[in-house]
Amino acid sequence: MATNTKMAFSRRAFMRTTSLAGGGMLIGFNLFQACKPQVKIEPPVDLSNLDYKDFNAFIKIAENGVVTIFSPNPEIGQGVKTSMPMIIAEELDVAWKNVHVVQGKLDTENFTRQVAGGSQSLRQGWDALRQTGATAKQMLVNAAAARWGVEASQCTVSEGVITNPNGETLGYGEVVTEAAQLEVPENVTLKKPKDYKIIGKDAQNVDIDEIITGKPLFGLDYKTEGMVYAAVVRPPAFGQKLTSFDASEAKSMPGVLEVLTIGDKARKLIEAQPNIANILSTSDKVVVVAKTTWQAFKAKESIEAAWEDDVKMESTEDHDKVMNELLDGQEFNTMREDGNVEKAFAEADQILERTYEAPFLPHNCMEPMNFYAHITDEKVHLVGPIQTPAWKAGAVSAMLDRKPEEIELEMTRQGGGFGRRLYGDFVLEAAEIADKIRKPVKVVYTREDDMNDGIYRMALKYRIKAGIKDGKVTAYHLKEAAVNSNMYGLIPNFFPAGAIENYKVDAAVYKSNITTGAWRAPYTNFLAFAEQSFFDELAELMDVDKVQMRIDLLKKVDAEADERIQYSPERMIKVIETAVEKSGWGTKPSNVYQGFVNYYCHNTHVAEVADVEIENGQPVIKKVTCVVDCGIVVNPLGALNQIEGGILDGIGHAMYGDFGFENGKPLASNYDRYRLIRMKEAPMVETHFIENEIAPTGLGEPTLPPAGGAVANALKAATGNRLYKQPFAKFPELLKPKKQEIIG
Amino acid sequence: MPTYQITVNGVSQSVDVAADTPLLWVLRDHLDLVGTKYGCGINVCSACTVHVDGTAMRSCTMTLEQVEGKSITTIEGLSEFGEHPVQQAWKEIDVPQCGYCQAGQIMTASAFLEGNPNPTEDEIKNAMNGNICRCASYNRIYRAVEKAAENMR
Ligand code: FES
Ligand code: FES
Repeated sequence: MATNTKMAFSRRAFMRTTSLAGGGMLIGFNLFQACKPQVKIEPPVDLSNLDYKDFNAFIKIAENGVVTIFSPNPEIGQGVKTSMPMIIAEELDVAWKNVHVVQGKLDTENFTRQVAGGSQSLRQGWDALRQTGATAKQMLVNAAAARWGVEASQCTVSEGVITNPNGETLGYGEVVTEAAQLEVPENVTLKKPKDYKIIGKDAQNVDIDEIITGKPLFGLDYKTEGMVYAAVVRPPAFGQKLTSFDASEAKSMPGVLEVLTIGDKARKLIEAQPNIANILSTSDKVVVVAKTTWQAFKAKESIEAAWEDDVKMESTEDHDKVMNELLDGQEFNTMREDGNVEKAFAEADQILERTYEAPFLPHNCMEPMNFYAHITDEKVHLVGPIQTPAWKAGAVSAMLDRKPEEIELEMTRQGGGFGRRLYGDFVLEAAEIADKIRKPVKVVYTREDDMNDGIYRMALKYRIKAGIKDGKVTAYHLKEAAVNSNMYGLIPNFFPAGAIENYKVDAAVYKSNITTGAWRAPYTNFLAFAEQSFFDELAELMDVDKVQMRIDLLKKVDAEADERIQYSPERMIKVIETAVEKSGWGTKPSNVYQGFVNYYCHNTHVAEVADVEIENGQPVIKKVTCVVDCGIVVNPLGALNQIEGGILDGIGHAMYGDFGFENGKPLASNYDRYRLIRMKEAPMVETHFIENEIAPTGLGEPTLPPAGGAVANALKAATGNRLYKQPFAKFPELLKPKKQEIIG
Repeated sequence: MPTYQITVNGVSQSVDVAADTPLLWVLRDHLDLVGTKYGCGINVCSACTVHVDGTAMRSCTMTLEQVEGKSITTIEGLSEFGEHPVQQAWKEIDVPQCGYCQAGQIMTASAFLEGNPNPTEDEIKNAMNGNICRCASYNRIYRAVEKAAENMR
């Protein structure tokens, strides 16, 4: 099966230990493969002077036995800052309560995947984290054994205490200094899952105390001595350019320090790296620098700026039309083709064809985009919430023509990511401003800036056509039309690829000047709704059981025979059968309307059942039962939070998320006109895990895509109406319960 | 610029700011109390919730003139070490995802439970409906409010 990543490790290449000046031992390791192995740390090392050149993660074991883990992955709310250190602590065999976790700084040169996104952090780190913990433990045991003059294999370890055959004990802290001098062992034994003491147990968010007491954790909370604030006047519409501006009023306002324009450097960067134009405006922007955030915001409002329409000004109507033309046309990039769909359609007894439509979506991270920059002749210091620190440090280095080693980038906790903080356009903005004013400055987006200068989930449409012959689905043709970019990677090989003989995925794109990018579970966040709605309708047309139809299709898949197929039919069937049982599928009283979905994405298998009831003449989503196979669940408490959040986020956007443009201008700019799901609309989520010993996969994304489909299928049962367009709330006439419900 | 005398977390402070400066930014930028968060600035998300004389209020649209002479409590002043039953419930249930909205959630919940120690399901949902959580941690927020009510009894 292709779900387990195999990595070959050379211990020497990926970790190195050294003693610390202040006592204790430092273990540097490379969390992900392909890190440069050259290691030049000579003991003793002062941790405060250590730059993260050779490794991307560190463990410090102090002489008092306290373990500090420097977690390199950006934390955006998906819990890796807790779950990744749990894995190290497990193999290191220390008590979780003696472990401290600190967000690591960026190693600008050597890191590979210091990125939060794609639910990959945990999956890729699994082997490296275990190996690191186990190797460090072995060294500590070797040191103790040497001191005692016994064989290391005769010693046992529990919670950081080593015991020899005579019953004598030594704590890790007592042998760290000796351990640090030892050779790094090549072959260490990893624990068996049944022996886990930390993995699989609930661990609270490591920042919980700071969060509930309001400590400064986030980028927006970061401050330095003499720091000033910048607010930016940006083009009000996509496709516009600044022609002139009047800042006379702004300049006389209290607290305003200067008004300037930026844009030259960004354009230079675009020239050098044309791809970056996808996320950056080429227009000049007006920047107000003030002593406080509010002063900057107010002064920004007072600026009279004139804009000209530079390129075509696009509206949602245009996108709609152009995507329909694409779907009707012939200009497709074929992403997978099995058999001959055209022939199968020609021979089919019945055909079902449906089109599904989704709008643009802003990410709306609760913490608006912001970034701190302080630039001097010696150094470029950047601090803030970013999911792709290395990429941005590189871009800043190129943009400002500064050596990579002059750039220091620190990550803060992030008030949500959802894909938005992958792009770091705001980092470039902060850097361009700081380079001009040469003062420590933080760029702060207003909510309006955040929503209107977004990198949106693209508007997209799916058209699905199936052919049925002799009671079987013989052909399946999925077409995608999207703004700016199409589905990629293995998505065309997701279910039902492999289950239907004649199968084709086609994609067509329209290039727009509206900036778009990844949004939590890219493409699948809408594709799952489309396909799962389609399967339901197909089962209705064929007059077969909806769940059985899915199982029957899965049974046809030979995943071993096709390496492109990443999902496991067996694991999928297991989640489906478990969901049937746990949700009471088909056994509910007649006032409960259920919708069933199953989905695979981000290496995780999921089934969800939504329960809808009619209250006060309206369908209400009461509950979602979710079954997840994500392999070993490292931290169930954190995992459940991700699962619940993903499902409610999926439902929220399917129900309410609506965003569009008129002549390049976004149609909503704050939460008054852009509706997000709230407490009263949130159903309770009940989650069940499939227990197995397979390497863990991520949970930040996989439960989101199917949620909209589960709700749509349940709403169909409750109202008799199929939903083809998101957001559902835009079509109140389709959300009325079936007639008899109103009478009854 | 006018001078205002305000009481925050039991401490009387005098601040010189323009009359239109919202309490939110005075807390964050002038008094270094950054636990209170900026979400929308237009009174619709409740990330900026503080207590004014014990009532949960949104600080992003509140001027200092409106709070002069009143007692303001922020998340930093809700308890000394996070021992308030609502904070403890938040910890027990492990509510936060990104965590950004949670100070506002806790401030809304604590003022609500003060006035209604035995809330029904609907009352909890109504009380918390003004607070957006973009990470949608609503299930846990609900359970934590229930738990806090239990702990406070
Ligand atoms: S920031 Fe005050 S209500 Fe949103
Ligand atoms: S926890 Fe992220 S916004 Fe609520």
